[in-house]
Amino acid sequence: MRISFLSFILLVFSHAVFSAAKIEHWQTKQGSAVFYVETKGLPMADIRVVFDAGSARDGYQFGISALTSALLDTGAGDLNADEIAQHFENVGAKFGTGISRDMAWLSLRSLTDEKLLNKALLTMQTIISKPKFNKADFQREKNRTLAGLKHREESPGALANMAFFNALYKDHPYAHPSSGIIETVSGFTADNLKEFYSQYYVATNAMIVIVGDIRKPHAMNIAESLVANLALGEKPNAVPEVNFSKEGFNKHIAFPSAQTHVLAGVIGKHRKDSDYFDLYVGNHILGGSGLVSQLFSEVREKRGLAYSAYSYFSPMLRKGPFTMGLQTRNDQTEEAITVMKNTLKDFVNKGPTDKALLAAKKNITGGFAMRFDTNSKLTSYVSMIGFYQLPINYLDKFQERVEAVTVVSIKDAFKRRVVPEFIHTITVGGNANR
Amino acid sequence: MIFRVIIFALICLPISAYSSSVKVHERILNNGLKVLVKEDNRSPVVVSQIWYKVGSSYEPGGITGISHMLEHMMFKGTEKYPAGEFSRIISENGGRENAFTGRDYTAYFQTMEASRIEVSFKLEADRMRNLQLDPVELKKELEVVTEERRMRTDDKPRSKTQEFFMAMAFSNSPYKNPVIGWPSDIANYQVEDLQAWYERWYAPNNATLVVVGDVKPEAVFALAEKYYTDFKPSKIRTVKPQAEIEQQGMRKTNIKLPAKLPYLLMGYKVPVLNTIENEFEAYALEVLAGILDGGNSARLASRLVRGKQIAVSAGAGYSMMSRLPELFMLDATPAEGQTVFDLEFALKEEIYTLKSELISEQELQRVKAQVLANSVYEKDSNFYQAMQLGMLETVGIGWQKVDEYVDKINQITAEQVRDVARKYLLEDKLNIAYLDPQPITEPRKRSKIAGGRHAN
Repeated sequence: MRISFLSFILLVFSHAVFSAAKIEHWQTKQGSAVFYVETKGLPMADIRVVFDAGSARDGYQFGISALTSALLDTGAGDLNADEIAQHFENVGAKFGTGISRDMAWLSLRSLTDEKLLNKALLTMQTIISKPKFNKADFQREKNRTLAGLKHREESPGALANMAFFNALYKDHPYAHPSSGIIETVSGFTADNLKEFYSQYYVATNAMIVIVGDIRKPHAMNIAESLVANLALGEKPNAVPEVNFSKEGFNKHIAFPSAQTHVLAGVIGKHRKDSDYFDLYVGNHILGGSGLVSQLFSEVREKRGLAYSAYSYFSPMLRKGPFTMGLQTRNDQTEEAITVMKNTLKDFVNKGPTDKALLAAKKNITGGFAMRFDTNSKLTSYVSMIGFYQLPINYLDKFQERVEAVTVVSIKDAFKRRVVPEFIHTITVGGNANR
Repeated sequence: MIFRVIIFALICLPISAYSSSVKVHERILNNGLKVLVKEDNRSPVVVSQIWYKVGSSYEPGGITGISHMLEHMMFKGTEKYPAGEFSRIISENGGRENAFTGRDYTAYFQTMEASRIEVSFKLEADRMRNLQLDPVELKKELEVVTEERRMRTDDKPRSKTQEFFMAMAFSNSPYKNPVIGWPSDIANYQVEDLQAWYERWYAPNNATLVVVGDVKPEAVFALAEKYYTDFKPSKIRTVKPQAEIEQQGMRKTNIKLPAKLPYLLMGYKVPVLNTIENEFEAYALEVLAGILDGGNSARLASRLVRGKQIAVSAGAGYSMMSRLPELFMLDATPAEGQTVFDLEFALKEEIYTLKSELISEQELQRVKAQVLANSVYEKDSNFYQAMQLGMLETVGIGWQKVDEYVDKINQITAEQVRDVARKYLLEDKLNIAYLDPQPITEPRKRSKIAGGRHAN
């Protein structure tokens, strides 16, 4: 009783300290979700508009989400690419667009001086609602994307990553690389992009995040105006669940590199997973805590086999992968993989020690404030909470849920979720001496 | 015209509002350790960085990369805290830590919840003087660094091109060597080499301790006294100047590597703030870099990537904060159907234009607006603020310059930008490397690279 009382006090206390992270939530008139945090001390704001329009929405047009996103600021309303860039940069604002498998976003960082911010917001609003997808801009950006896809083939790490997702996800929309592949991207037309935009860049499918030195009434106006000219549209169908492969898989890709890149893993967890915190804290011990993790210690500190050795879960809307990775000189690949897999087996079978768990909890809760100590990090957290519809008090409850994890719950979760026999292993590198 | 008004508002408004608001507190201990503290109460966190005045540009031939190797070994324990203890204790206190080595510095950092700062001081002070260098640990860590080199350089065609490029561009300046070191040097470090390097450079009077975060300067000074004051200063032998001889004519190299895309690197030899004749010239070169590559509206993106569509990407950069004279860099990837030679011509044309025509008032104002806005954005990160102070101090410029930056950039005129282009971006001081892609074929049975170690 005493202990839980104490932790209660601590939580209340931390809430008071981090009151800067108070997230407020509402909807615009058109039904776009808004998440807002007021921060003080710096006259700046970070604003993101996020759509459920990541590469999981590509269908068979692998890469269309990425190229659509890349085209947005190359022409909108009466503005061409030069003018758009000038409008932002002349007021010192930073604007960007991007995608992941789940999301597509437009992001703005601006000073909050009224004239400067208004100029930037007006331009952002035009880009969101009136992109032109001109043929000339389309052709150029497509060529740049194709060059990027070609460049990717120089990198054994990138090749390993693509093969890993392909092996794990097979026909699922998470399987292909977000930026697409040469075969699909070269067939795109500007009209394909327009169609993708019209379907997914709609108010019903939009979320707005505002973090910065902005009062709430102002934030409400900003949110309304950013999506005011968007079509209402519809929410897209749910991305399908991921099927789980119940056998292991190995693949080697020959590449003339000095090192072999190794990626090994299984389908992992999703954002609202009931095992979320057990797997998170467990992985922290196994391979997620940098210089003190078990994988780092076994692969690098004890044996000098690699510069980096790690594991992580990438939680997404659907189950993202659990990935272990390392890079090592070609002729010691087998040895490194054996060490990696044995470390995992050991962890799954025995679970962490009490001591290791305590250390992990101390690290996670002791460094809790550092998760959102900048506007940048806070903006990412709020976007994540909003997009995945996590509880608005996610951050407030975070430490409590970490504390609730036990050796038994970690062991149980790993036994069910990270079965060593189902591990998929990809190697890319030279096969000399192998 | 609306535009102008806004810019005017921007330029006048924030300088007074933001620039000089946060004070840096300095204290020099009796043993010469310089401590800098900047208070930032936005979050209950703190970053603590210790910067040593040593990096790859201090290294003689045969032991290149030894500063970086020593950085790795600094995690291998002291008598009080054996191997692994340092990281374990920081981690149990919720901290994050690491280290980095550059040409002009080696730095170690911990980010902690603010009340734990003493933990970081206690451990960091201990390894300034009490490191135990163990041959068995060294042997393993050599393998790690060799893997790091393979990952960072050997298997990355562009990184490798950059390495060859620097080695060609500089004749005798130590900037010709890679920070991570040449493979055969890495393979042959001895414990004695590292011991000597450690003793020579790791001393309170060769270090700057920078703390930024939710702390009180007096309390930080008191902690610094507590943990560092017993260390005697060392007699630091100054590093030899190794001033680069003057380049007499353009240099070119063609690098053949398995790759998919060609790539172009160009660099003009230029002075830096430390060495330049008139200080404003360094700031003018910064503005010039911003004119070429200060975002999507800058000339390279607007003219080469979009206008002529000759490049799929193009960049320019200048680091005025280096210890020794530098290169003003340009790099670019040609668009399909274009060659590196077309690109070279187009980039030279841009340089020629900068010499012959004044940049527009609008472009100049854009760069100034960005510099000003960035000076606010940078304050979002304690780490970045500490980096700026640590770096300026360590390369010998002095941390005070951090407050002058926005002002000095603001004073730059279009004429000055043209003049530094004319004075410094000279064809005879130009260096060029082409990455000439070779087919990525089935891996051949290759002999191990020179830095490779035996399997057991």
